[in-house]
Amino acid sequence: MANLLLDDISKTYAPRAKAPIRAVKQVRLDIKDGEIVALLGSSGCGKTSMLRMVAGFEEVTEGAIRIGGQEIHNLPPSQRGVAMAFEGYSLYPPLKVRENVAFALLREKKANAEIEARVRQVAELLEITDILDRYPTVISAGQQQRTSLARALIRRAPVSLLDEPMSQLEPQLRAIVRARLKDYLIEHKMTTLFVTHDQTEAIALADRIAVMEKGELQQFGTPAEIKERPNNLFVASFVGEPPMNIFDAHLDHAGDHLRINALGAGGQAAFSLKAPLLENVAGQDVRIGIRPHLITLGADASPTSEDAVATGRIISNHWLGDQSHICLDVAGTNVVCVTERPVETEIGKALALRVPAKAVHLFDAVSGRALAHGLASKVH
Amino acid sequence: MERSSSLEKAIRGILITAVLLFFLFPIFWIFLMSFQTNEDILRIPPSLFFEPTLQNYSALLTGKLETAAGSLDIAFMRNLGNSLLLSTFSVLLSLALGVPAAYAFARFKFRLGENIAFTLLSFRFAPPLLVLLPLSLFFKQLGLTDTYIGLIWVYQLICLPLILWIVRGYFEDISPDIENAYRIAGHSWWRTFRRIAIPLARPGIAAAGLLAFIFAWNNFIFALILASASKQPVTVGALAFVTASGIQYGQIAAAIVLSVTPTLLLALYAQRYLVEGLSLGAVKG
Repeated sequence: MANLLLDDISKTYAPRAKAPIRAVKQVRLDIKDGEIVALLGSSGCGKTSMLRMVAGFEEVTEGAIRIGGQEIHNLPPSQRGVAMAFEGYSLYPPLKVRENVAFALLREKKANAEIEARVRQVAELLEITDILDRYPTVISAGQQQRTSLARALIRRAPVSLLDEPMSQLEPQLRAIVRARLKDYLIEHKMTTLFVTHDQTEAIALADRIAVMEKGELQQFGTPAEIKERPNNLFVASFVGEPPMNIFDAHLDHAGDHLRINALGAGGQAAFSLKAPLLENVAGQDVRIGIRPHLITLGADASPTSEDAVATGRIISNHWLGDQSHICLDVAGTNVVCVTERPVETEIGKALALRVPAKAVHLFDAVSGRALAHGLASKVH
Repeated sequence: MERSSSLEKAIRGILITAVLLFFLFPIFWIFLMSFQTNEDILRIPPSLFFEPTLQNYSALLTGKLETAAGSLDIAFMRNLGNSLLLSTFSVLLSLALGVPAAYAFARFKFRLGENIAFTLLSFRFAPPLLVLLPLSLFFKQLGLTDTYIGLIWVYQLICLPLILWIVRGYFEDISPDIENAYRIAGHSWWRTFRRIAIPLARPGIAAAGLLAFIFAWNNFIFALILASASKQPVTVGALAFVTASGIQYGQIAAAIVLSVTPTLLLALYAQRYLVEGLSLGAVKG
C-alpha cells in the first residue's frame, strides 16, 4: 500500500500552560510498505496520541508525518488515506452493522456486488456474519469491536490504524481472529500501525514492535530483537511473562576476564559468574537480567565453568497446567523460574538453580542502557 | 420491575389524582368559562350547569366585541397570527444560530469559550426589564420599534440560550470518535456535522426547539414595550379585553383556550422528545 514515516514527531498538550504535558517526545518510526507494526506500552505512554496524530485528530507539535513520501500531517483526516478502528468502537447508531461496515466503500463509489463481496469477506473473517442486520446498540461489546475493526479493514487503505483492536474479545476468539487478521493484512499488503498493551498480541501480530514509555520510544525492533536484545532495563522488564529477574551486580576485573557478582538484598552475595572482558563497560556497578525460562533448577546437571550456581529457598510453586512458576528467595531477592514440568517440592525447601552465562543481560546501573546480551565467551 | 403492595398502589393512585386535579383543574375551568356569558361567570356561587354559548368564540373570530357600551374592534386573530409568526421565526433563527454555536462550544476549546457560553446563559436569569429600557432606546434609534424583525431579534434573548445549552449537552454526549470515524472515511468537516452530529443530537434539538417555541409564545413583556397593537402577540392582545365597560371574562377565557391550544398540541405531540431531550442520555454511542 504505502510506507509510513513518523519523522521525529512530538506532541505537547497545553503548550502554553505552566506544566505542558509532553505526551510524545521526538519519536521516529520508519514503517515499510506492507509492514505490521505494534505500538506497545502501558497506559498513558503516548501510543494512542501517536495514532491520533497519524489519523489527523491531534495536531503534530513538532516533526512531520509522511505516507508514501507525501507529507500528510497538515491535511484534514479525510484526505490522508488512512483507515482507523477506534478503541471506543464509534459505530453509527442509526445504521445496521452491515451498513456501518460498508459505509466507507459507499463513499468510494464501488460497485454494489464488490461491496457485498468485501463485506461478506471481512464479516466471515471477524465472525460477525450473523449480526450484520442488527443495530450497534443491541450487540455485545466484543461484537461492536469486531464491527469497528471490520469497518477499518474493509477499506484496505494505504495505512490502517488499529487502536486496541482486540481488547474486548474472548480469549479463544481472540486467537482465531488474530491469526486471520494477520493473514488478511499480509494478503492485501496493508501497512498497519496498531496500539496494544498486550505483549502477546504485539508479538503474535507485528513484524516489528515499537516499545513506548513516558512518550519516548524505547526500542523499535522485531519481536525476537525486543525479547533477546532489549535496549534497556525498561524494555527488558516490560516485555516477557513472567518478567525478567533483575539483580544489582558488581564487576571485578580478574586479569583476562570479568567476574560478575550478583548481589541480593542489602548487598549480600547471591551468586557469581565469569565473563569475558567487555570494552564498553566502564563502571563497576551494573544490573543483570535473566529471563525466568532460562534458569534451570536442580544441581544434577553438570555446570560448565561459565554457569553460575546459586541456592534458593522456595517461596511459591504454581503449576499452571502447561508450566510451573516457581519463586525462590536467593540471598533476600526473589527469583522466578519457569519449568515445563511440575516440580515436586515443598515451600521453604532449599533448591539449587543454575544460571547460564549466555542467558545473562547486562545493563548500566544508572542509565539502564543495555551493555551486553549473553555473557558466553563469544560476546556480541 | 419492583413489585409493590396494593396499599402502595392505592396511595400512588391518590397522589397522582391529586396532582392531576391540581394542575388540570384551572385548564378545565377556563375551558368551561369560555362557553359562558359574563353573567354566568360572575355568578356566586359558581355552577357547573349553565347554558353554553359560542358568543365568546364568535366575537373573537369576527373581531367584533359587543359590549354594553357598544361595539369594539378586537384584533385577536391577528394577534394569534403574530404569535405564530414571531415564535416560529425566532425559533428557526435561534436554531440556525444556536445549533452550530452549541457544536462549537461542545467540540472546540477556544479562548473565552466558557465565558461566552455563560454570558449567553445569563440572558436567561437577568430580568427582561433590566434590558428593556436601553433596548427600547436602541430600537428607536435603529428604527426597529414595532417591526417583526425587531421582535424576532429580541426573542433571541429567550430562545438562543435555551437552545444553545440544551443542544450543547447533547453534542457533548456524542463521542467525538463517531464523527472522527466518518471524517476519516473521506468526508469533510461540514458534511460530518450535517450527516452525523445533527442527526444524533436530533432529540435534543427537537426538545430545545419546542421549549424555546413555548417560551417565546408565552412572552409578554418584550412585545408589550417594543411593539404596537398590529404586531403584538396574543399574550399582549388579551389586554384588549379589559375594556371601559368591564373585564370580558368570557372572551378572555376563549382567547386563552385558543392561544394555549397550539402549544398544548405541540407539547403533547412531542412529549416523548421533550422528556428524552431534557433528561439527556438518550444517545448511547
